[in-house]
Amino acid sequence: MKKTAFYGALTVAGFAASMASAATLDDVKERGTLNCGVTTGLIGFASPDANGVWDGFDVGVCRAVAAAVLGDPNAVEFVPTTGKTRFTALASGEIDMLARNTTWTFSRDVDLKFEFVGINYYDGQGFIAPRDLGVSSAKELDGATVCIQTGTTTELNLADYFRANNISYEPVPIETNAEGQQQYLAGACDVYTTDASGLAATRAAFENPQDHIILPEIISKEPLGPLVRHGDNDWGDVVRWTLNALIAAEELGVTSANIEELAAAPTGNPEINRLLGTEGELGAMLGLEADWAKNAIAAGGNYGELFERNIGENTPIGLARGLNAQWTDGGLLYTPPFR
Amino acid sequence: MTSVTDPPQGSFRLSMLINDTRYRSYTFQFIALVLLIGFMAYLGINLVSNLAAQGLNISFGFLGDPAGYDINQTVVEYDSQSSHLRAAVVGIINTLIVAFLACVTATIFGVIAGVLRLSNNWVVRKLMAFYVEIFRNIPVLIWIIIIFSIMTVSMPAPRDFRGDDATAGMLFDAFAFTNRGVYSPAPVIDGASGWIVIGVFIASIIGIFAYRRYATKKLYDTGQLLPMLWPSVALFFVPVILAYFILGRPITLDYPSLQGFNFQGGLHLRGSLIALWFALAIYTGAFIAENVRAGIQAISKGQTEAAASLGLRPGRIMNLVILPQALRVIIPPLISQYLNITKNSSLAIAVGYMDVTSTLGGITLNQTGRAIECILLLMLFYLTISLLISAVMNVYNNSVKLKER
Repeated sequence: MKKTAFYGALTVAGFAASMASAATLDDVKERGTLNCGVTTGLIGFASPDANGVWDGFDVGVCRAVAAAVLGDPNAVEFVPTTGKTRFTALASGEIDMLARNTTWTFSRDVDLKFEFVGINYYDGQGFIAPRDLGVSSAKELDGATVCIQTGTTTELNLADYFRANNISYEPVPIETNAEGQQQYLAGACDVYTTDASGLAATRAAFENPQDHIILPEIISKEPLGPLVRHGDNDWGDVVRWTLNALIAAEELGVTSANIEELAAAPTGNPEINRLLGTEGELGAMLGLEADWAKNAIAAGGNYGELFERNIGENTPIGLARGLNAQWTDGGLLYTPPFR
Repeated sequence: MTSVTDPPQGSFRLSMLINDTRYRSYTFQFIALVLLIGFMAYLGINLVSNLAAQGLNISFGFLGDPAGYDINQTVVEYDSQSSHLRAAVVGIINTLIVAFLACVTATIFGVIAGVLRLSNNWVVRKLMAFYVEIFRNIPVLIWIIIIFSIMTVSMPAPRDFRGDDATAGMLFDAFAFTNRGVYSPAPVIDGASGWIVIGVFIASIIGIFAYRRYATKKLYDTGQLLPMLWPSVALFFVPVILAYFILGRPITLDYPSLQGFNFQGGLHLRGSLIALWFALAIYTGAFIAENVRAGIQAISKGQTEAAASLGLRPGRIMNLVILPQALRVIIPPLISQYLNITKNSSLAIAVGYMDVTSTLGGITLNQTGRAIECILLLMLFYLTISLLISAVMNVYNNSVKLKER
């Protein structure tokens, strides 16, 4: 009943809400804060620390955008969203951008009228199982009970994968990652499936991570990236090129350690100069200050620094760069040039 | 106080719409109606124009597309290639299943607790008061989650049943209580003779009612009291057992057994269904108990005393004198409680029970992004089902209400 009433209210709110203004950039500047949708809590990607300060890989993107637009990486209002509420929150204008490891798919981009500005993590869906279950491949999961976050692409991938391999399973839909973790640890489901990065993050929170194995099969492509509403191209450009600036900074060797020095005066590399605003008018073209990219990079470091600090091999999550390395290192990260 | 009416006046003047009490209420009602229509129109136009501005439209075409997701509890045939419409139907059936089970169970709990609350036994009375106050004062969502969590954490996982050093065992080798739900034997009907047995069973139940009606009529007409209990019991068991053995035991039981990761075969009552069913039943049962108590207390004590002075036993007094009169007080609020159960069943998503709010209003909404269409359909469904329950219960209410002669 409460839920129905809530949706009813949501619909009425949908009726009543005036059209979210097309000029999100102006709204954000006027408001002085960026409303950024994140997960309800996934260690390494977005979770509040003991002091209630949000931190993580996706949070880093939010902070970079806030720094680029407003000059202050802390001028962000984080809005926790579930798999179900995220798109409504973005479409209704409650949030300005969504950085919630959301998979870029055709129907979300085209039919739901969103604009994916890029990919900040190349992921794929995997399975985690207790070691003593004795399973070494997802193909051995015939008849297994599988916990799955409802309202995500993983739900569809799972159905497709089991159907293609002609094996049966029993889905146990759950609402949040925390709930899935609880169900899985209690043995109410045999395996838990979500994006491999999420599995690594979840396993890091277990009491005995070594008792659980991540099965080798990656059953889908999950390019995760931040997204904005369709139809506001200026704002989409700001978020897209902020993300690109973080990636370009790593490629060009610009880090949070040397950025002040590099931005102080034009350097010998014209691309760094254009990126950091010591040459050219790139900031003005976006409607931002000349030092927008410098602020964005200084907020949390370049892409590689964000990765290493939040989810890299020296963190409890321990993800290797893999596909998420720079193209020069055999990965897929490849930003268009800043010129 | 006498009401003063305006003296009749000759012709109609416009000011009479405000000043004349005969027209004033119509005037204000008309204004309110116009405002309401205007407000609705504003909301509607706002919705349509905003959707158009975002390049969206209202379309129900998505209902025919393949849903792409699987549902664990399906009564009708369904797989991930079925349409969104079929997924919604599966959800509707699941909603109706849990609503029906919870309504029946809540009524049983409520009637028992309500009657016992008026018991002369202090312990019983206080226990029932405790039940009512505890369960109706904690939100049902909390109860659903509590019961589900207790089941998940305290019950053994299926893998505990495996091997020689199993830490859990099956009850009578037929029932398995796991943290994934309860597995019990399921009857398997073997061809036409199996259905004949079921037909015999239904016929004997009809027979019991017919016999009781006959006995009551006989009692009223001639004053002769026929035995009630043992013919009913005999009618219930004898024909169906005879038919079962004569036809060569055409109904067998399918026992659950541990195969692979889970128990296979038998009937699987999922933990989510049990938690939702039980939570709705005990929560609403507490409200129904209060309705029943109110109904019984609405019957004056003189009725009980009069019946007792005629020599009726306490059980008979309750069944023949008090409850028939109390029912007309109990039924109307009982309708509301049934509606509450049906609507509260939409909390199913909290434990992952795939009701219509979880399929149509959850996964389908999310995968297609058709929020407005899905919510409109959901509203239509809940409205229809609530009105249907109301209609059926009103018919019943008319049959038990005081018939004035």
